Amino acid sequence: MDAALLNQLVRARAEKRPVALATRLMDGIQKLVYPSDKSEENWLIKAIHEVLSSDKGAVVSAPDGAEWFLNPFNPPLRLILVGAVHIAQPLAEIAALTGYDVTVVDPRTSFASADRFPGMTLVTDWPDEAMAALAPDARTAIVTLTHDPKLDDPALQAALGSPAFYVGALGSKKTHAARVARLTEAGFGESDIARIHGPVGLAIGAKSPAEIAISIMAEITETLRT
Amino acid sequence: MTSHDNVLEEAALWLAEGRQVALATVIETWGSAPRPVGSQLAIRDDATFVGSVSGGCIEGDVVTRALETLDTGKTELLEYGVSDAMAWEVGLACGGRIRVMVEPVKG
Repeated sequence: MDAALLNQLVRARAEKRPVALATRLMDGIQKLVYPSDKSEENWLIKAIHEVLSSDKGAVVSAPDGAEWFLNPFNPPLRLILVGAVHIAQPLAEIAALTGYDVTVVDPRTSFASADRFPGMTLVTDWPDEAMAALAPDARTAIVTLTHDPKLDDPALQAALGSPAFYVGALGSKKTHAARVARLTEAGFGESDIARIHGPVGLAIGAKSPAEIAISIMAEITETLRT
Repeated sequence: MTSHDNVLEEAALWLAEGRQVALATVIETWGSAPRPVGSQLAIRDDATFVGSVSGGCIEGDVVTRALETLDTGKTELLEYGVSDAMAWEVGLACGGRIRVMVEPVKG
């Protein structure tokens, strides 16, 4: 690989642009291909779209029979945490370690402070505004953690209107039942509400905030991968 | 906290420091392979490496082969399979088979 190409790829990753590296296996010739590239051949663009959407590299044959390895580089998965509470602290760290781009949303600035979340992206807008700006996509997970319907509900409503791959809400079975009733009242159907993982996380008997964070991260991973 | 997926970023940093760097990438897997297609290893000229192409089974050999590409300047394709009875031979204990591309990064 040319150093210039490596630097270009590193830059695309820093700018969070989806890109794929194409390598012709017989001679090692390489190029970066963006999905929006107009100058590339059709077969290659089509194959690039496939590896990016499946997030899996593949060896493919060009029309001339040459084998190419296509390696997709998608922007990181995103995790939006609503509620800068105690559990959000270890959860933000475990998610960052897992490779997620983490954003913590909480209009209460005493909770959403850089001292409590060093190095994390903090948004102190009201959750409905924050969610509109963050525009969750199919590579985004959303977890509400405040227990406060004033904060959790607008975030959940936005989450259910998005293609987010995981939506979780902290709270006991009782809290969740009340939440389901409110969302039903707000016009959400059964299949929408069924997208919410509540009580959140895998049942591993977690007690401490860090243990609960592990159970939530495990459930997000299970949803992503299985 | 940083993710463990900064292999290319690390390679770019090494290059910027004036070091020589090679890359190894899993390009195909068959059966039970420890790391998926696309997994990468960056190798510095002093054999320091980051990332992985297996669960640690073949990294030693891949590092050696990758360092050789720094001299030849050529991309190579390697294949590793079950190590079976020959315990001293490099292979995958998990029973899978993988194809790895090793290449020099040319400044």
